[in-house]
Amino acid sequence: MNEQAATQQSWREWLLTDAPTSRQHARLANLYQGWLKFRSNSMAMFGLGILVFLLAVAVFAPLLAPYDPFEQSLSNRLQPIGAEGHLLGTDSLGRDILSRLIYGSRITLYIVLLVALVAPIAGLLVGTIAGYVRGWTDTVLMRITDIFLAFPRLVLALAFVAALGAGIENAVLAISLTAWPPYARIARAETLTIRSADYISAIRLQGAGPLRIIVRHIWPLCISSLIVRVTLDMAGIILAAAGLGFLGLGAQPPSPEWGAMISEGRRFILDHWWVATVPGLAIFTVSLAFNLLGDGLRDVLDPKDGKQ
Amino acid sequence: MASVDNVDVRRPRAPYPRWIKGVILTLGSVTVTMLGLLFVTFIIGRVMPIDPVLAIVGERAPQATYDAVYEQLGLDQPLLIQFFYYLWDVVRGDFGVSLLNARPVSEDIARVFPATLELATLGVLIGIVLGVPLGVIAAVNRGSWIDQIARVVALVGYSMPIFWLGLMGLLVFYGILGWVGGPGRLDIFYQDIVPTRTGMILVDSALAGDWSVFGNAFSHIVLPASLLGYYSLAYISRMTRSFMLEQLSAEYITTARVKGLPERTVIWRHAFKNIRVQLITVIALSYANLLEGSVLTEIIFSWPGIGSYITTALLSADMNAVLGGTVVVGLIFICLNILSDVLYRVFDPRSK
Repeated sequence: MNEQAATQQSWREWLLTDAPTSRQHARLANLYQGWLKFRSNSMAMFGLGILVFLLAVAVFAPLLAPYDPFEQSLSNRLQPIGAEGHLLGTDSLGRDILSRLIYGSRITLYIVLLVALVAPIAGLLVGTIAGYVRGWTDTVLMRITDIFLAFPRLVLALAFVAALGAGIENAVLAISLTAWPPYARIARAETLTIRSADYISAIRLQGAGPLRIIVRHIWPLCISSLIVRVTLDMAGIILAAAGLGFLGLGAQPPSPEWGAMISEGRRFILDHWWVATVPGLAIFTVSLAFNLLGDGLRDVLDPKDGKQ
Repeated sequence: MASVDNVDVRRPRAPYPRWIKGVILTLGSVTVTMLGLLFVTFIIGRVMPIDPVLAIVGERAPQATYDAVYEQLGLDQPLLIQFFYYLWDVVRGDFGVSLLNARPVSEDIARVFPATLELATLGVLIGIVLGVPLGVIAAVNRGSWIDQIARVVALVGYSMPIFWLGLMGLLVFYGILGWVGGPGRLDIFYQDIVPTRTGMILVDSALAGDWSVFGNAFSHIVLPASLLGYYSLAYISRMTRSFMLEQLSAEYITTARVKGLPERTVIWRHAFKNIRVQLITVIALSYANLLEGSVLTEIIFSWPGIGSYITTALLSADMNAVLGGTVVVGLIFICLNILSDVLYRVFDPRSK
């Protein structure tokens, strides 16, 4: 016991040192201090907890779900909350709502992760190229960014989905197409400050090409502000995806996507309120969790902004 | 910083006032942005899996008819030429004919738009009336329980799916309590009583002096407008709070306090006066957001506005209507963005 405590203590000291012995050491120390700061923010920890729970539910969905989410049982339709064997009741086709909710978490995570990968990477590419090359490239790329920024996002996504056809992948594409411009703006702003730094000149004098400078020396410094922004945007992504699903333009039936579930339950809202209520609560909880997490991350990674 | 320029006497005077350059630059960027918007909708219309010719002539038309319509629509021309045709049409306000009801899309949009305008305007008014004081109070009492409540209110607003909240509102206030009118703009009994002038029923009925229609219309609009109002409240109150915090930490506020001015004067006459310009831009932005945010709300409340129009058209593959609606919403969105930009420049002496 004592020995273990001692090891822990020295680990802690090693991580909190003022004089790191290597680059790896400094990086880990930095991460650990960030974590300590993050951990002190109870709301952010709460958000993180919800998301870890969501992840666990998605991973272990087949073990957790009491029923097959697609299994219909017409004799057993529209059972209320707490009905025997159906904790959250059943929907209009007699499918177990809890099971559908559990499997739906996979779809939500899938959409969020995909958009959170595609949009920032596209924005990072556009923004760093524009900011590093400057001149005409910069003007043209930023004009395009402005045009997309000036669009009403949901309406644009609707038009895209109309053109591409309904479905999860197309919904992801449509949301990404409307979500990348802010990331391009951020990445460009960061690049503009970084590119004139002395160490960039030093690397350039050593013979590094633009590609190497952008990929190895500019991208890593843009990441942290992008991460904050992505986390704060995830709630919006979830709401947009659910909105598309609700309109029948995202995930298609019988998929247990939460937005589509609300749309299904809408028809019985006055008599059988739980069918639409339960998936809505799930969407709300998850997007709240992302908002809390984003606030916490902003305080850690971007202190000047968080103080305001 | 900017004043250094003004002091520089050696600089030759421009032959025209400086603001003209600003106007030209703004107009230029507006034109480019609008062209971009139209180009994107044009491309969307071209990559559609729906064949526009087939949609007009039907599946059994002979090849000759098909070819004739194909040429008539200008589809045999190069893409760029087609784009110019499209531009010319849009400039004249011609968005083509709806495939559903064979009426010009522009007429349909003119008919449904006032409903959206009415809803969004009332929504943003609610957002301003509640959001601005909430933000100011939260900033003044930073860290207190009021501030915490304001934070939670905004956080919940950011995280709530609007269509779901609308459903819950209908369930509780219409289904269970019966306090408000249900979906739609009026009960059937009250429809087509007042003459249409603006298309906004609240305004029309007030003009006609028919207060029973007004009351019924109000009972229908109050719930969706409050919902939209809640969303803009979340945004407006957060922004107000951060603007106010910035001002309250400035030295002139300390001076005012040291002079012994009452706190109310310091807050409203000094600090608040300085954030009005920023607030206007925020309000313009949230108004623009409401115009589009009303898409989902309109569907929940069967509100016959532009959001419902676009979605219905979309589900029946009426592409002219979808693109027409998208262009109109997009143009309004851009205009409001620019308006907020211009207002900022005009009213903020520091930006001159």
